[in-house]
Amino acid sequence: MLLVLVPVGFLGLFFVYPVATIIDRGLRPGGRLDLEPLRSVVSDPALRHVAWFTLWQAAASTALTVVLALPGAYVLSRYRFRGRRLVWAAVTVPFVLPTVVVASAFLSMLGPKGPLGALGLIGTVWPILLAHAFFNYAVVVRTVGGMWSHLDPRTEEAARVLGAGRWRTFRAVTLPALRPAIAAAASIVFLFTFTSFGVILILGGPRYSTLEVEIYRQTAELLNLPTAAALSIVQLAAVIAVLMVSGRAQRRRAEALRLRAEAEIVRPVRTIGARLALAANGAVMAALLGFPVAVLVERSLDDGRGYGFVYYRALAHSPGNSTFFVPPLEAVRNSLVFALAATAIAIVIGGMTAFAIARRPQRARGWRPARLLDTLVLLPLGTSAVIVGFGFLITLDHPPIDLRTSPALIPIAHALVATPFVVWTMVPLLRSIDPRLREAAAMLGASPLRVWREVDLPIVARAVLVAAAFAFAISLGEFGATVFIARPDYPTLPIVIYRLLGKPGVLNFGQAMAASVILMVVTGAAVFLIERFRAGSIGEF
Amino acid sequence: MNAEPKRRRAAVIATVALVTASLAACDSSSGGTKPASRSRRAVTITLMTHDFFATSPGVLDSFTRRTGITVKVLKSGDAGRAVNQAILTKDHPLADAFYGIDNTFLSRGLDAGIFVPYTSPPLSEVPAQFQLDSKHRVTPVDYGDVCVNDDLAYFQSHHLAPPRTIDDLADPQYKNLLVMENPADSSPGLAFVLATIARFGPTHWLDYWKRLKANGLTVVSSWDQAYSQAFSGSSAGRQAGGTKPLVVSYASSPPAEVVGVNPPPTSAPIGTLLDTCFRQVEFAGVLRGTHHRAEAAALVDFMLSREFQQDMPLNMYVFPVRRDTPLPDVFVRFAQVAPHPFQLPPGEIGRNRDTWIGKWTNTVLR
Repeated sequence: MLLVLVPVGFLGLFFVYPVATIIDRGLRPGGRLDLEPLRSVVSDPALRHVAWFTLWQAAASTALTVVLALPGAYVLSRYRFRGRRLVWAAVTVPFVLPTVVVASAFLSMLGPKGPLGALGLIGTVWPILLAHAFFNYAVVVRTVGGMWSHLDPRTEEAARVLGAGRWRTFRAVTLPALRPAIAAAASIVFLFTFTSFGVILILGGPRYSTLEVEIYRQTAELLNLPTAAALSIVQLAAVIAVLMVSGRAQRRRAEALRLRAEAEIVRPVRTIGARLALAANGAVMAALLGFPVAVLVERSLDDGRGYGFVYYRALAHSPGNSTFFVPPLEAVRNSLVFALAATAIAIVIGGMTAFAIARRPQRARGWRPARLLDTLVLLPLGTSAVIVGFGFLITLDHPPIDLRTSPALIPIAHALVATPFVVWTMVPLLRSIDPRLREAAAMLGASPLRVWREVDLPIVARAVLVAAAFAFAISLGEFGATVFIARPDYPTLPIVIYRLLGKPGVLNFGQAMAASVILMVVTGAAVFLIERFRAGSIGEF
Repeated sequence: MNAEPKRRRAAVIATVALVTASLAACDSSSGGTKPASRSRRAVTITLMTHDFFATSPGVLDSFTRRTGITVKVLKSGDAGRAVNQAILTKDHPLADAFYGIDNTFLSRGLDAGIFVPYTSPPLSEVPAQFQLDSKHRVTPVDYGDVCVNDDLAYFQSHHLAPPRTIDDLADPQYKNLLVMENPADSSPGLAFVLATIARFGPTHWLDYWKRLKANGLTVVSSWDQAYSQAFSGSSAGRQAGGTKPLVVSYASSPPAEVVGVNPPPTSAPIGTLLDTCFRQVEFAGVLRGTHHRAEAAALVDFMLSREFQQDMPLNMYVFPVRRDTPLPDVFVRFAQVAPHPFQLPPGEIGRNRDTWIGKWTNTVLR
C-alpha cells in the first residue's frame, strides 16, 4: 500500500493540487462556477481549428517517428557492430536538446539560404513533423529496441521453419510480442508532440498553433485564466483518452515474455541484407539526427571570419555586460546538481509506482489503485508547463510548504516529467521476472529477503540504472517547466541558452550555440557513462 | 590574434571586480563591522523583474554598501509574464519591488492594484512625458523606441532609397522586405501594431495591415527569430542566411551591432527608420504587501540614481529617463532617439489589447 501512497502523495501535492487550483480559479472567477468559457472554447471555430491541428500533427508526427525509428530499433538491437554502444547513447542526445536550439538549427538548415533550402519546406508542416521525429527517435529506439534485443529469436526461427515468410513471421510473431513496447513508445511520442510548444512556435511560424501554444498565450501573456482553464480541460481530456487506449493495448499481453540475454541474440553483420539494413538506417540517422546537430556545431564554431573557439571562451569569462551574475559554465554545474536530485526523486517515485503496477494483482477484477496511478503518473507529460508553473505560484505559497522561491522546485518539476519514463522503463522488466524463479528459490530454503536479493535485485538494479540514465538526460534538457520556476541564482543550461538567444549581437548568439553543444556533450557523456554499468545479462534493457 | 591579451585583461579586471564585490557583500551582511553612519539594519529585499534585467558587476553591491540593503533579483520570464506572475501572487507577493512593467502592460498592473504609491525624490529630474501614472504608483526608469531597422548595405547595393515612414512600408517597391514579430507573443511586435493604431486610428488601422500583408509581410514568433535569423542586417542574421532587409526591432539595435566588434567600426551596419517608432517606457514600483516598504522605496530611488541610470544603456540597451545622465560613447555615436514617436495612453492599451491582437491575428494570419 505504501508503494501506492507515496507516489500518489507526491503527485497529489506537486501536480494535482496546483493544476486543480489554477483551473478552479479560472472556472470560478467570482466564486461561482462559470462554464461559459468552456462552452465558448468548444464552439469557437478558430479554437476548434487549433484543436484539430494539434491532434493531426501529433498523430502524423507519431506515425512518422515510429516508421523511421522501428528499423533503427531493429538494427541496434539485433546486430553487433563496432560503435554500437556509442550510437545507442548518441541517438539519445537529440531527445534532450532544448527545443529553441533545435528549432533554430532546423530553421537555418531548411531556410532560404540553408543547405536544404531548395526543398522549400519552410511554411509547410514538414519542418514540424521532422523536428518531432528528430526529438523522439530515441524514445522509440530505446523503448522498442530494449524489448527487441531480449526477444527469444527461437520463436521466430520456429515460425520460419514452419514455412512462414519473413513478413508473415514479423506480423504474426515479432509484432505481437513488441506491441506493448510500441504502444508505450507511441503514446510517449504522442504526448510529447500533442503538447509541443517551442517547435510549433518557431518552425510553424504564426500560422500554426496548438492547444499548448494557446494555453501559454492565454495564461502567460493575457492572464485570461477562464479561457486557459477551459483549454487545459480540453487538453487533459484528450490526453486521458489517449492514455486509456494505449493502456489497453499495453495490457493485452500480461504474461511474462520469455526473454533472453542480449548476448545470446545479437549477431554479427554477415549477410548483404544485414549490411544494407545497417547502411540504410545509418543514413536515416545521419540525415535526421546528425545533420541538424552538425549545423549546430558548425554555427558554434563559425565566428564570422573563420572557425574557432571564440564563443566557448566567451562562455567561460562571462563579461558583465553580456550575462547576469552567473557565468554560463556555472549553469553546467547547476544543471548537473538538479539532474542528480531530479533523478533521485524520479527513481524513488517512479520505482515505487513501477513495483505497484508490476505486482500481479490479488484480484483479477475490481478497483485497482495501481492502475489509477499508472495514468496519474503520465498526466504531467500531457499538461501545459505554464499551468503547472503558475499553479505552483498560487498553491505552494504558505508554510509549511512555501516553496515558491525554493530551488527545490526545479528538481521536483523535472521529476514530474522524468517519472513516467522511469515507470515505463522498469515495468516491463519487473514483469519479465519469472515468478517460478522466486518460487524455486523459496522452495530451496531461501528466506524472502534472500529471494529478493538473489532474484529481484540484480534485475531491479539494472532497471534502475537504465531508468536513471533517461531521467538524468531529461532533467538536463528540461526547459518548459524550468522556465516558469527557474530561480535567478540557479539558472540551468537550457535557461542560459534561452536567455542568450534573447539578446542582440552575434556574440550572444554564438554563445547560445556553444552552450548547446556543451549541453549535448554533457548529456551524451552522462548517458554513455551510466549505461556502461550495465554489463550484458537478461536484465539489460 | 591580438585581441587575446586584451580579453584576458578584461577577464582579470572582471574577476577582481567580482571578488571585491563579493567581499564587500560579505562585509555588509556581517553587520557589526559597518561604519555607524550606514545606520539602516541589514535586510535582504527581493526585486521581481524580467529576464533581460542586467547590471554591470558591482552596481547592486554599491547600493548595498550605501544602504545596508541586499537585493535578491528574481527573474520571472519576459515582461508580460513577470507582470502576470506579480498579479497572480498579489495576496502573497514573491518580492518587495518590481522593475520592468512597461506602458503596454501598465494599466493591467495598476488595475490589479499590485503597487503602492511612492513618490521618489529624484523623479524631479525626470521629464514629465515619462511620468504616465499621476498617482505615482509606478516610477519611470528607462525608455526605448521600437522601430523598423534597415540593412544599409542591402539598400545601397540595390540602389533603392530605404523607406522612411510606416506608410512607405506598404509601398510595392518594398515588397517582401519586412519581417516582424507576432504581437500575441512578442512585445516589439505588439508595439509596432500599436504604432499603426496610433498612426491610422482605431477604425482604419486594419486596412493598413491588409495592404502590408498584400505587400509580402513576414511574421515570426519571437524577436530573436526576426532579428537574429530572418534579418539580413544583423551579424547573427547574416550568418544564419537572413534575407529580409527590414525588421521590427529597436532604435538601440545599431549600437548593439557595434559593441564588441574588433576593431571598432566607424559606422553601424544598420539604420533606424525614426518615423516608424513606438515609445516604450519601463517602470519600477513598490509591491503591495511587502514588509520592507521603506527598503523597496530606497531601491526605486537607487534606480533613478545617476550610477544606475548610467549603467543601464550598455546592459539592457535602453535609454535612461533621468535628464542629466551621460550616455556611453557608442550610444552617442550610433543610437538615435525618435523625435516624435507614436504613443497611446496606457489605459486605452489596457482596455483594447486583447481585442486588437485578436483582430490583427484574424486579418494578418488567417
